[in-house]
Parts: sequence; C-alpha cells; structure tokens
Amino acid sequence: MSLQIISIILGSLTLASALMVVLSKHPVRSVIYLVITFFLITSMYIMMNAQFLAVVNMIVYAGAIMVLFLFVLMLLNLNKEVEPMATRGSQLAAFIAGGSLFLVLITALKDALILGQSYRENHSQIGLVKELGNLLFSKYIVAFELTSILFIAAMVGAILLAKRENQIIE
Amino acid sequence: MAKDLTLLLIIALPLIGFAINGLFGKKLPKTLVGGLATGVVFAAFILATTLFSGLHGTQIVKLFNIIDFEQLRINASFQIDALSVWMTLIITGIGSLIHLFSMGYMSHDEGYHKFFTYLNLFIFSMLLLVLGSNYFVLFFGWEGVGMCSYLLISFHYNDAEKGLANSLAGRKAFIMNRIGDVGLLLALFMLLGQFHTLEFLQIGKALEANPALQGGALFLITLSLFIAATGKSAQIPLFTWLPDAMAGPTPVSALIHAATMVTAGIYLTVRSNFLFELAPATKDIILYVGLATTLIAAFMALRQNDIKKVLAYSTVSQLGLMFVALGFGAYTVALFHVTTHAFFKALLFLGSGSVIHGMHEEQDIRKMGGLAKLMPITHFTFLIGTMAIAGIPFLSGFFSKDEIMAQALHHNPVVYGVLVLAVSMTAIYMFRLYFLTFQGQFRGGAALQSKVHESGLSMTLPLMVLALLSVFGGLLNLPGLFIKSTAHWFDHYLSHGTFGLSSVHNAHLDFSTAMGLMLFASAIAIGVMIWAYLNYAKKGATAKADEALSGWEQLSAQKLYVDEIYHALFVKPLLALSDFTGKVLDIQLLRNGVYALADGILNTANLTRKWQTGFLSSYLFWMVFGLIIFVAYYILKLSVWH
Amino acid sequence: MQAATSIGTSLDFYLFVSFALFTIGAIGAMTRKNMIVLLMCIELMLNAVNLMLVTFSTYYNNGDAQIFVFFTMVVAAAEATVGLSIIIMAYRNLKSIDIDMYNKLKN
Repeated sequence: MSLQIISIILGSLTLASALMVVLSKHPVRSVIYLVITFFLITSMYIMMNAQFLAVVNMIVYAGAIMVLFLFVLMLLNLNKEVEPMATRGSQLAAFIAGGSLFLVLITALKDALILGQSYRENHSQIGLVKELGNLLFSKYIVAFELTSILFIAAMVGAILLAKRENQIIE
Repeated sequence: MAKDLTLLLIIALPLIGFAINGLFGKKLPKTLVGGLATGVVFAAFILATTLFSGLHGTQIVKLFNIIDFEQLRINASFQIDALSVWMTLIITGIGSLIHLFSMGYMSHDEGYHKFFTYLNLFIFSMLLLVLGSNYFVLFFGWEGVGMCSYLLISFHYNDAEKGLANSLAGRKAFIMNRIGDVGLLLALFMLLGQFHTLEFLQIGKALEANPALQGGALFLITLSLFIAATGKSAQIPLFTWLPDAMAGPTPVSALIHAATMVTAGIYLTVRSNFLFELAPATKDIILYVGLATTLIAAFMALRQNDIKKVLAYSTVSQLGLMFVALGFGAYTVALFHVTTHAFFKALLFLGSGSVIHGMHEEQDIRKMGGLAKLMPITHFTFLIGTMAIAGIPFLSGFFSKDEIMAQALHHNPVVYGVLVLAVSMTAIYMFRLYFLTFQGQFRGGAALQSKVHESGLSMTLPLMVLALLSVFGGLLNLPGLFIKSTAHWFDHYLSHGTFGLSSVHNAHLDFSTAMGLMLFASAIAIGVMIWAYLNYAKKGATAKADEALSGWEQLSAQKLYVDEIYHALFVKPLLALSDFTGKVLDIQLLRNGVYALADGILNTANLTRKWQTGFLSSYLFWMVFGLIIFVAYYILKLSVWH
Repeated sequence: MQAATSIGTSLDFYLFVSFALFTIGAIGAMTRKNMIVLLMCIELMLNAVNLMLVTFSTYYNNGDAQIFVFFTMVVAAAEATVGLSIIIMAYRNLKSIDIDMYNKLKN
C-alpha cells in the first residue's frame, strides 16, 4: 500500500518537473529541471527492480549528457538571451496535436489485455546485473560490439563538426 | 526437265532480270539491258510452252512454308494446270513482244534500264499471281502488279510540263486499286474463317463435298472478290484510273492495261468459279455491272480525241464485256475473249505507240491523218487490229464476241439487245479512230509531215506478230458450225484442265440461231465500217472542234463528268476532314490539351510546395499528426472493425 | 485492467506516466524555439519510451526489453553529442540558436 503511494508521488513529481522543463524561460533552469526528472525516473526504475538500468541512467543521462548540455550553454553564452515566443497559432496547433496524441495513446491503453501477472516489488529478478549480463553477452553480443563503432563515429563527427576552421588539433 | 523445276525457273527468270538490271543496269550498255530483259521473258515463254505441251491434270509445286501453325498453314506453292499455263503463255508471250517493242520505243529515254527493271518486276509479280496455288500467293502477286503499275505509270515523274500529272495519275491508279484490294483482303479473311485454308483445290473440294455449306457467307465472299476484280479490271465504279493511266509510256499501257494486269480480275473470277457457281446473286451483280460498264465506256469513247484515251475506254468496255460473260457463268468464253483481246488490244496500243513515236510525241488525232502512206506497216497492222476489235467476220475478235453474244441471247435477250448497242458503238469509235488517224489529209502542218517516218524493225516486228495472232486467233475456239473436229478446242482444253470448270457447261445454240447471230453481227460490223468510211475518210473530214460539240457529244467528250463527280463526292470531303483534323483537332485538342495537363500539374505542385515551410516546429507537428493517424488506425482496426 | 491484483502497483500507472511524459516532450519540441531546449525535449521523449520498455519488461519477466533500453541510451548519448556539435557550428554561422532562422529549405 505504501509502495503504491510512493509510486504515485514519484509519478506526479516526474510530470511536474517535466512540465517545468518545457515551460521555463531560462535554458539553464530547463536543464536543472531535466536533471531532476532524470532522478525521478531513476527512482521509478528502482521501484521496478531494474537496478542496472537505474545506475546506467544516472551515470549516462544525468551525469554525462546533461553536463554536456550545460557546457554548450555556457560556452555559447546563451544564458542571457531571451528567445521569442511561438505564435499563438502554432502554440494552439502544438497543444491540440499533443493532446490528441495523449488521448489516442490512452485509448490504446483502455481495452488492452494484459496477459502477464502483476509483479511483486523487489521480487523481479530480471533487472539484476547478472541476468542482464548473461543476455547481453550471449544473445546481443553483435549489437554490443557495433555500439563501439557507433561511438567512434559519434566522437569523430562531433570533433570534426565543432572545431574551428583554422585550428590544428595537436 | 522436271515440271516443278521448269515452273520455278519460269518464275525466277524475270526476277533475275529484275535484279541484274536493277543493280547494274546503269553501267551496262543499252542493248544488253534491253536484250537481257527481253531474253529472260522470252526464255520463260519457251519454258511455258514445254509445260503446255506436257500438261497433264493439275500439279502443285510447293516451295516453302510461310505460316505454319496448327490452325493455319500457308505455303508458297504454285499450281500447274490448264488455266495457269495458258495465262503464263499470254503473259510471257505478249510480254516478250512488248519488251522487244520497248527496246526501240524507249531507246532515247534516260531511264532505260529503270524501265526494263520495272517491266521485269511486273512480269514476275504477274506470274506469281497466275501461278499461285492459293489465294495468299495470288494476293502477293496482286499487290506486286499494283505497285509496278504505279511505278510504271508515273515513270516520267521528272518531266518538265507533265511530271506532276504523271505522278497524280499513278497515285490515282494505286489508290483505286487499293480500294479494290480491301475487298480481296476481306474475301481472304472470310475464306480463312470458313475453310481454314486458302488453297484453291482444297476449297474447291470442300465445296464439292458439301455444296449447301454456307449460303450467305458465300455471297459475301464472292461479292468481296468481285469488288477486288472491279478495282483491278476497271469496272464501275473504280474505272476512272485506267484512262488516266495512259500518262505512262505506251508499252506500259499495252502490257499492263491491255493484256495482263487488267485481266487479273477475270482470272480471279475464273479461278474461283466453284465459289461463284454457288452464289447466283453475285453473278447477277457481275452481269449488270459489266453491262453498265461496257455501255458507258463505249459511250465515253465516242468523242475522245487522244489516241490512247480512245483505246483506254475501249479496254474498259471490252473488260465489261468479259464480265458479262462471267455473269452468265461462261468462264471459258470470257477467257477466250481475254486471249483475243490481249492480241488485238496489245496490237492497237503498240500501233498507237508507233504512231506517237513517228509523230514525235503528238497524241491528238485531230492533228493526224493520211498516215497510211507515211507509215505503211503500222497502218496495215492497225487496220487489222481495228477490224478484229470491231468484229469483222473471221478475225479473232469476231469469234470471241460472237460466243459472248450467243450466251447473252440464250440466257437473257434484253441483255443481248444492250450488247448489240455496245458492240455497234465499239465499231463506230474504233473506225472513227482509224479513219481519222490514217486516212484523209494530214492535219498536223507541213513541218511535222516531213519528219513523220515509219518505225524501226524492233517496233514493227511485234506489230506483225500480233497482227498474225489477231487474224488467226479465232481458230482456238471455232463455234463448230461447219467444222466439227477442232471446234471449241479452247473450251475443252480449259474446262478439262481446271478444277471446277468441268461441271460448268456453256450454252450451245442450235444451228440456225447461231448462223443468224453470226450474220447479224457481221452485218453490223461491215455496215459501220462503210458508214465510218463515208463520214471520216473524205478529204476534208475531221473531228469536230470542242466548241462545236452538241449536247450528247459534250457528255461523251467530258467522260460523263464522272471524274468531277468523284472529286466532289469523295475527294473534297476527305480533304476537308484532314484539314479539320490537322488544324482543329491536332492543335486544339491535342496540343492545348497536353499543355493544359502540364499546367495543371505545375499548379498542383506549386500548391503542394507550400507545405515545406522550413520551420522545424511545423514539421514536428505533422510528424505527430501522422503518428496519431497510425495509432488511431490500429486501435480502430483491432477494436471496432474486427 | 483485468489481471491486476492488489499487491503492488499495476502496469497502467507507469504507462500513463510514460505517455504523459512523451506528450509533454512532444509539445515542448513543437513549441520551443531554442535549439538546446528542443534537444532536451527530445531526450525527455526518449526517456518516456525507456520507462515504458522497462515497465513491460518487468511485467512480462522478459530481459530483452531492458537490453533494448540499454541500446537506446547508447544511441541517445551519441545523438546528443553530435547534435550539440551541430548546434555549435550553426551558432557560428548565424549567431543565433533560434530554430526559425534556419528555414533555408523553404518551398
């Protein structure tokens, strides 16, 4: 019972902070709120006993990616800029589209038949590192290796794109 | 030599002459070109006589398969029987004489080798036509002679003053022939549909076994065949090309438009006798069309002033006479007249060619006269030809015409009366032509008179040979009134040698009727000759000038305005239609229509282009929109629409 | 939903959160003009999907979905890197990160 209440609180807090990400006017504040959102999502992962993913989520998303965002914001000194608001018409269109999307998704949820059993917290064994590791290194080994290539490509691309024209990299 | 080899050689020889003259003719000397062309045709004639002497029944020589499916087999095969061999003899015999004549007549012409090339090609096509054993080879030859006729009529297309007229005449001949060819094609398709074969023998035997096979279909088939014959043999309504075709050189007129091509229609009908015997309605049509043609053409010839035009209308009229005989079912009689007509008409045309050559290309008889002393051989042979065609007793034309009149009297005395009228008119215009050309005083001026001369041997020799044939040709088919033993030789030869003809019997009159007929015909011919002599052979007699013509004479001279009627009825609407299509339909409908289509597409593209706003937010909006559509579709599919 | 019991939170709650997060991210992506905030909204959408995948993996006791999440994070990291470098380069060209200034592909 208490776990249910915790889940509900966590869920609403997540939604609130996500709303702040979208609505806040300062880009840096949006970044902070996004970090908070990631924390809350991680906590939901922990509720579902997906331990490995929770940790990876924290390290990768909140730790690396958000820091990168902040760096770029600071580098380009965009903190002081005030961006113009979208026109009323496009805002309306965006809200309607988003709202319809939400409705459609909820409708899909309504009549769906869940064939699995309800889980018991702290009893699911899937999220443990050992199980995931087994799966990762047996069934998905090829994809795992290919991600290394993906990273190399991303790194090379990022460096090439961002360097100045007349700079030589030592 | 084996018969099939002989046959193939007969067909191949003119083709070889055509190839050699066509490819190398320009470089070879003139005598060699002419000699080669004449030689191959004459050699074919000799070979044909060997075939003729060894003739025995019907023999088919197959060369190769053209079409070889289960349902349809057409072979390039040829037939040796009495009819085809006889036609071959006529074609190659008279053909070689005309080739010999052309060696002299065309000697000053620049396109000498071209002329002989075309002549050989024509002989080849005509031989294909008569020697084929099925309708397909016949059709092949049919088209070939049509094309050669076109090439030869418009031979002098480069002539400074008459070049355009020559080309137009050739075009007219070709187009009218094509209209007839539609009939032949239709008949071919219908024959294929009914009998699944085009071989003469097979169709004949199928009909023999089952004569009540198809009634209405046979009427259509024979009618289509007759339409084809109308085009080729210049009957009403497709006859106006023949007088125009006189624009070609005279040997062409002699060969093609007197002796051979125009008889192709008659040949086709005789060959398909088993079809026509079972379609009496068509035979009636043939009878009346032939009758009308012979009368109207004879009327038109009465007041023509060009020597060749008179002979052209005379040809149309005589062809009508042959169709009258065919209409009565007297196939052998018609073919007998074909033979004798080939003799004297070729003689007359060649004679006129000699006259034109001697008169230095003058063709108007009002400028001739008194040529009897200036061109004796031509005069004498021309006289024989005239007497033959008019029906002077004991010449060849007398016997053949008499047979046709006898058939007419036996079947339908009214037709006989009309034929008497036509025959009288024939005699009138022919003797008018003879007397105005050769007797009386020379009307062409003194300068020309000194230049007129008799033609050389190469031109007079064929004239003499043909004159002999015109005199003695009647012996082929004597009526048997007095001499019973060799009577009706040609009838027997043909009917026993050709499929289907043995069951057809010509009417035979009794002695007194036949005798009376012959006397009456002789009286007409001799009477007209005397009247014409009195009228035209006087010293100052001449044909009336154009302005002095009375009503009916004007009609005759203007050919009953048939050409003008055809022009107004057919040519003008067609030209108007093509004008309309070219200016209105093509430009308005097609060009503007295509432009409008292109413009429409352009405008739609311009509208659609506005979708690319360049703003990311709108793109994202449309992506979400698409996503909604997808998910909604699947929800509905799974829940509502089961 | 039919198979839920009273023990533990049912599935649809987390799914509901995931859908809502996704929608908020979509609206943010369509509305905001700042390129960096745009990228952040895209990261939000990706996380919403991750959440849903983990939910399903827990409920069906299937590890494949969590591996998928792992790879999704990998790709998101790479994409964020490259995206930010592009933003830097774009800023150098036009001195602005307003997304509406980049409409050269118009029409």
